Formats: sequence, structure tokens, C-alpha cells
Amino acid sequence: MSTEGPATDLAPADAAAGQLLTARGLRAAYGPTVAVDDVALTVGTGEVLGIAGESGCGKSTLAAVLSLTARPPLTVLGGDLTVDGQHLDLAGRPPRTWRGGVVSLLPQGAMNALSATARVGDMAVDVVRAHRGRVPRSVALDLLADRLDALDLPRRVIGAYPHQLSGGMRQRVVTVLSTLLDPRLLIADEPTSALDVSTQRALVELLRELVGRGLVGGIVFVTHDLPVLRAVADRIAVMYAGRIVETGPTAALVDDPRHPYTAALLSSVLVPEPQVRRRRIGGIRGAPPDLADPPAGCRFRPRCSLATDACTDDPPAVGDPDRYATCWWTRDHPDERLEPSL
Amino acid sequence: MTRLTPRFHVAAGIVAAVLLFGLLGPLVFRGHALGAVVGGLYDHPSGSAWLGTDNIGHDVFTNLMYGTRTSLTIGLVAGLFATLIGVVVGTLAGYRGGAVEEALMGVTNVILAIPSIVVLILISIALGTRSTLAMAVVLGVTSWPWTARAVRAQAASVRTREHLDVARLSGAGTFSLICYDVVPYMLSYLCMAFVLQVSSAVLNEAALSMLGLGPSGGVSLGIMLHWALAWESVRTGAWWAFVPPTVLLTLLAFALLMLQSSLDEVFNPRLRRFVRRRRTTVAAPPPAVRKAEAA
Amino acid sequence: MTTEDVPLLAGEHLTRVFGRGRDAVRAVDDVSLALRPGEITTVVGESGSGKSTLARLLLRLLTPTAGRLLLDGRDVTRTSDTTAYWRDVQAVFQDPFSAFNQFFTVRRLMARARRLLGPDLTDARVAEALEQVGLRPGDVLGRYPHQLSGGQRQRVMIARALLVRPRVLIADEATSMLDASLRATILNVLTDLRAETGLAILFITHDIGQACYVSDRVLVMRSGRVVESGPTDEVIFAPTHEYTRRLLADVPRLHG
Repeated sequence: MSTEGPATDLAPADAAAGQLLTARGLRAAYGPTVAVDDVALTVGTGEVLGIAGESGCGKSTLAAVLSLTARPPLTVLGGDLTVDGQHLDLAGRPPRTWRGGVVSLLPQGAMNALSATARVGDMAVDVVRAHRGRVPRSVALDLLADRLDALDLPRRVIGAYPHQLSGGMRQRVVTVLSTLLDPRLLIADEPTSALDVSTQRALVELLRELVGRGLVGGIVFVTHDLPVLRAVADRIAVMYAGRIVETGPTAALVDDPRHPYTAALLSSVLVPEPQVRRRRIGGIRGAPPDLADPPAGCRFRPRCSLATDACTDDPPAVGDPDRYATCWWTRDHPDERLEPSL
Repeated sequence: MTRLTPRFHVAAGIVAAVLLFGLLGPLVFRGHALGAVVGGLYDHPSGSAWLGTDNIGHDVFTNLMYGTRTSLTIGLVAGLFATLIGVVVGTLAGYRGGAVEEALMGVTNVILAIPSIVVLILISIALGTRSTLAMAVVLGVTSWPWTARAVRAQAASVRTREHLDVARLSGAGTFSLICYDVVPYMLSYLCMAFVLQVSSAVLNEAALSMLGLGPSGGVSLGIMLHWALAWESVRTGAWWAFVPPTVLLTLLAFALLMLQSSLDEVFNPRLRRFVRRRRTTVAAPPPAVRKAEAA
Repeated sequence: MTTEDVPLLAGEHLTRVFGRGRDAVRAVDDVSLALRPGEITTVVGESGSGKSTLARLLLRLLTPTAGRLLLDGRDVTRTSDTTAYWRDVQAVFQDPFSAFNQFFTVRRLMARARRLLGPDLTDARVAEALEQVGLRPGDVLGRYPHQLSGGQRQRVMIARALLVRPRVLIADEATSMLDASLRATILNVLTDLRAETGLAILFITHDIGQACYVSDRVLVMRSGRVVESGPTDEVIFAPTHEYTRRLLADVPRLHG
């Protein structure tokens, strides 16, 4: 393909070294709609990478591609993953050994995904047996009990049916079950969106605990909720119209956004802080483009107040692989701050 | 939005063929008039009587066309009645909830508990002369409870949707709510319930007619079987008297049931693909991988 | 007592119990609140706190087990004339998709207010309501809900509520399912309406950030009860109740 994205150019050839995940050239489409268009990203060992963006920007599609759970009508057009030194070309059929063991998905609304008629312990036995053959029941239950102990969760959930648990506890149980086999990489797709703030916080702490103890190698956390990413992620990648437009360490990206879209997203966040009460927040005018026919050049151009004629050409990636934004304005104004007034 | 499946086309094709046979057959194949004596007792199939003659020398093929027409009429009218009553009772119960629901469902369950074939026999005897329409109504009013129960569950789930509150706040009355906000959401379901009711009415008619309680003065597929049984066609080897109506009944009932289940696929695309249900969404590899890993 | 002292809509000791005997749940337990013209009152609560039940009680979609509902000081707790009530009190709900009858175009959705408005329901009135929320009538009137974007859907829902020119608008999680970038825009529609028409708005949300942005007064609900209430700045920046403090502590922040 001639459309070598800027992000790919920046990814060093030997990026796989020292990284848990190196993904390159990810492309996936629903029919003619290319929802993930030449995305490259890396996750370091023990790192949580946040993916942010509006709905329809391709972030859930990216989660499906990374977790190898893409199903028709979604087709993966290409790309390759390297997880812990194991290489996988996505153009072919992904080996089933990867799913659950190497990468695991914590899906949206997972708290409602538990079978109503099985105890949590039975589900753990299912998970372990499905992956490791006919291990004795007690072995699987011991594994679950140890994991619950390690994470300071009560052992009583082993014998409980899902309806006996609170929503927050159900969500944590699903998280424990989906990481029971120590996947190297956990893909979490909007896991906190339906939760109250207190349960949200508990889940974020659980995920950090899993990474901190090395039970999962790293996490890709997809959400539209920037404050949650601030709490959970070490680095953030911002997606717009199927592409990554900015990436960087969490604090740097939140405090000094280098892409106008990131700045606009940040300024539309409503948090209970005094400055929110004082000014009028505009949101982002317009809507994300139709991905079946995206605008040429910078895809944010039609909504961007800083857009110039230059923006009809593909924007350059400004910065280094760990901290870049794809924007003409940023290239021309390297020392100017983006005002959150979009 | 909805795509028709091959199964639907096959089922709809068979049903349409049987319908055409019953409705247009007598206009196309005008060999013999209904009730005309064209031969003797159980004449073999021949050039003039394609499927032979029955016990009183009537042409079996002619009987079959008119019999199909009667059976279909009864099936459709009875299906319509049963669906209509079931929808009214079920929707009211599901939509109103509370005491109304308990009362209506109580009645429904009582009626469900009464063996309907016994009721059918009693009513049929009490009626003396039974027109086709009367048969259809009797079949209809005894078979609605299943539909009512199923519709109640559907209506109860629609009731919780926010658009009902929005309609109420716009000032819409109960009648308008039920007609425009509840029933349209169940249309696909009602369509299937109707098809199911038609097929069961056709079969029930056949059962009653075989017992000699069919519509008076006409011919239906069940009545043909009744005569064939009464005049010992099975023993004498006159297969043409009982095989054709049996084949047609089986075909019709089979096609209607297949239509119903294929409609389910059309309206409910999730059923189309082979989806293996797992206990959790936690990714679990298939047995093939397990073997590979064990090895 | 002067008329200014009488709130537009007031609930006094509203209580709603679901179920009977040992299974009884007090979804709303002795809640009192008053809505005044030109004021946005926000009810904040986590799921299961009874805030949506409270909305349905105030909308007369549910009858309270105990307590009174006063409109302009008149007791309307059990009035049978809900049609008249809904001319004054309207609502917008959470789910911008299931709030639509998918078989109706926007035009038909609007036309359903016939019983409330009678001959006042004119094309001009419908157009005006749509323009009030920033929609071009020609763009949306002939469309079905699935042909509208999420933001358009929620705007149409607000326009539907405004059609009867109500004096009270109850927004039950009206922005929860929208993108953050759209949320502010919809909230601005509400604040502008308050400023322009003196609408009294009850905004119900689980999101303290949104409450902080729009409201004049805040009520914090927990298991059916109001645990703290007062002006927004006091409740959010100087909370006194321990639950409010905990709730605020759990909210993820953007800076610091």
C-alpha cells in the first residue's frame, strides 16, 4: 500500500526489543468502511496504554483486532503483532492458542456476561479446563482462590451465583476470570462505562494491581472517559477517524496536548472542579467523518479551528515515537501551547 | 434490512404451491365437477380420473382440490381468530400488568388446562350441522391460549421501553399506545404466531374430520381420510384414497412449521449464524487446541 | 405569603414503596424538593439510589405511596387530569434510542402531542420547538430515529418536550449515553433554555461533573433518601455529609 502512515515511519525497526506488544500496520474494515487505518502502537511490560476517542473513531474496532476477536462483518485487512517475542501476522487466520492465553479480552458490559445458572467456581473450572485440558476441579478452584487472595477479594464469591454479587463485584469477578490464565496482554474495552464511580475506582485499582504483580504483562484500556484514563493509564493514544493522532505519557498529554483534537476532547470533559463552573464549555462542533469516505489529509480538518490549506496534505508526525502528534499546526508552532478554547 | 434465507424461500414456495392448488386448482383442472359420480367403488387411477375414484365413485383428484381449499379456509380463518383473541388478551395482560394480568392469565391457564380435543368434540356434536366457517370459529376459539401467553411475555418486555413513557407524556391514550407503540414492536412475532396457529388448525380440523365431526356437506382433507378409513381402503389396497390427502396434509403442516422457524431466522438474525453459547465470554479455545496443548 | 414564595413544582415527603411485607423496598423515602423558575436543580445519585423513581413520581407516571406533589401550590398528587399536568411538566429520558418509537418519523412523534395541544399544534409550533434546540426542521422532520445521529436524537427529544411550552422540564440522565464532546452541547441547550424562557429544570445524573457544570442547586441521593442538598458550590466544593465526600473522592480527575 502507498499510504504508509506517519506512525509507522516513526516506529523503530527493532521496537520489539524490550516491548510487551508491538503492533504495526493494523487495518480493519466493515465492508468499505475502514474503521482502523494503519495503526501502530507499542505497550511496554507492566504498562497500561489508554486508547481515547469519541464513539465511531474506531477504538472498539481496534480492541477487537488486538484481542483477535474480530468477527464478520468486521474483517482484519492486515497488520502484525509481536507479543512477548511471539510474532503473528494478522492477514492469516489467528491461531486459537493466542486467544485467552497470550491476549485476553475484558469486554464492554462484562458484568452482564456471566451465566446466571453457574457458580463463579464452576466458571473458573470451565475457563481453566478449556485451556489446559482435563485438570482436576480442585486445581482450578485453588488457582481461583489464590488469585482472589492475592487481589484481596473475598473467597466467598467462589460459591456464589452472579445474582448474589453486586454489580461492582461481578465486574471484578469477570476481570479475575478473564486473567486467570495469566494472559500477557489484557484488552479492556470500555470496562468502566456502565459503573458507578466507586465501583469504577475499585476496578481501576484491581487492574493496576494485576499489572503491578505481573499477573498480566500489560493492558490496553479503551474508553471515551479521559478522567478514568488519567487514573489508570501510563500512556495515552488518542484515536480519531481510525488513526492515532497523538500519543504520549499520560500527564504530558493531558497537561500539554499537542494535537487540536486532543485539546478539544480535554476541554469538553466535565469534572467537578471549580474551573468547570466558571466557563462555558463548547464541546466539539460537527461530527466525526464518514469512514467510508474520509477527508483527504488531516481527518480532523473539517472540525478544527486551526486548520489551514496545508492540512489537505497528510500531516507529519511531530515528535518522537513515544510522544508525537500528527499535525501541521504543531509542526509550525513547536513552542506554543494549544489553548483549550475549541 | 432483513434478508430472506433459502429455508424461507423453500417453505414459502411449498405453502404457495398448496395455496394455489386449493384456490386455482378447480379453475384449471376442470375435468370433473365436485360430487359428480365418474366411476365405481375405488376405481384405479386412470386417464380420466388421475387419482382414481373414492368409495362412491367420486374423482379423488377433484376431491383433493376442493378438500385442500376447505382445509386451508378453516386453517386461515381459525388461525386468524386464535391469533386475534390471543393478541388482545396477551397484549392487555402484558401491557396493564397487575390485577388485570393475573385475571386474564388465570382464565388463559384454566382454558389451557382443559383438553381442547374434548371441547372440540363436544362443541362439534352440539352444533348439529357444521358449516366450514363454524368449524373454523370453533377451532379458533379453543386454541388461542398459547398465543396469549406468548404475546403477554412479549408485551411485558415492550412495556419497559422508554418510548411508552414518552408517548404518555405526549398525551397519547391507552388505545393509541397499544396500537402504535406496543403492537408494532411485536409484529414479527405475531406473524410467526399466526403461521403456527394456521398449521395447528389445519391438523386439528383433520383430526376432527377423521372422527366424523368435520364440516357437513363438504369435503376436506380430513373428511377424505374419514371416508377412506370407513370404507376400508387401507385393507383393500386402494392407496389412492388415503395417500394423497395424507401427503398434502403432511406437506402443508411441514411447510408451515418450516415457514415459522425460517421467519424466526429472518426476523432474528442472531439465529442465522451458528453461535456456540459459552458460560462466560472469557475466551476459551476449542477442543482441537486442548488436544494440541495436551500433546 | 406572597406568590413568589410558592415553588413551581414541589414534592413534600415523597415516598414510594415497591413490593409488600418483607420484600418491600423503599425506592424513594421521604424526599422533599422544590423547583423554581429559571433554576436548574440536580439530583445526583449512584445506580439504585432511587433518582429515576423520583423522576417518575414527579412526572405522575407513578403514584407515591405517601407524600404530596404540589404544582403552583395546588395538590396534584392524585389528580386524574394528567393531560393538564403534562402541559406544565415534561421530560427527556436517558436512552436516545429506546425513547423513540422506531416506526415513527420525527413529524409523527411531534404530532402525538395533539391531545395536549389541540388546535395549537401547528407546523409553525413544531418548527419553533426544533429551532429552539438548534435543529433545522427540514433536516429532521421526515426522518426515522435510526437516520438521526445521537446528538440529533436527544435534541429531538428535548424539542418534543418543549413543544407544549412546559414550565418544568425533567431530564432523567438525558446526557449519560452521549459522547463527552456532545454532552456539553446538550447541557448548553438546557442552560440556554433556562436563561431564555425561565424554565425550571430538574436534571438527574450519576455524574457529579455534569451536575457541577449545569446546576444551581444539588441534591445528593442515596438508597432513596436525600443525604445532602444545597447550592452547587457548597455541596460540591464544601460537602458536609460523609457520603458526598466519599462520592467526590472517587470521581476521577483530569489534573493533579
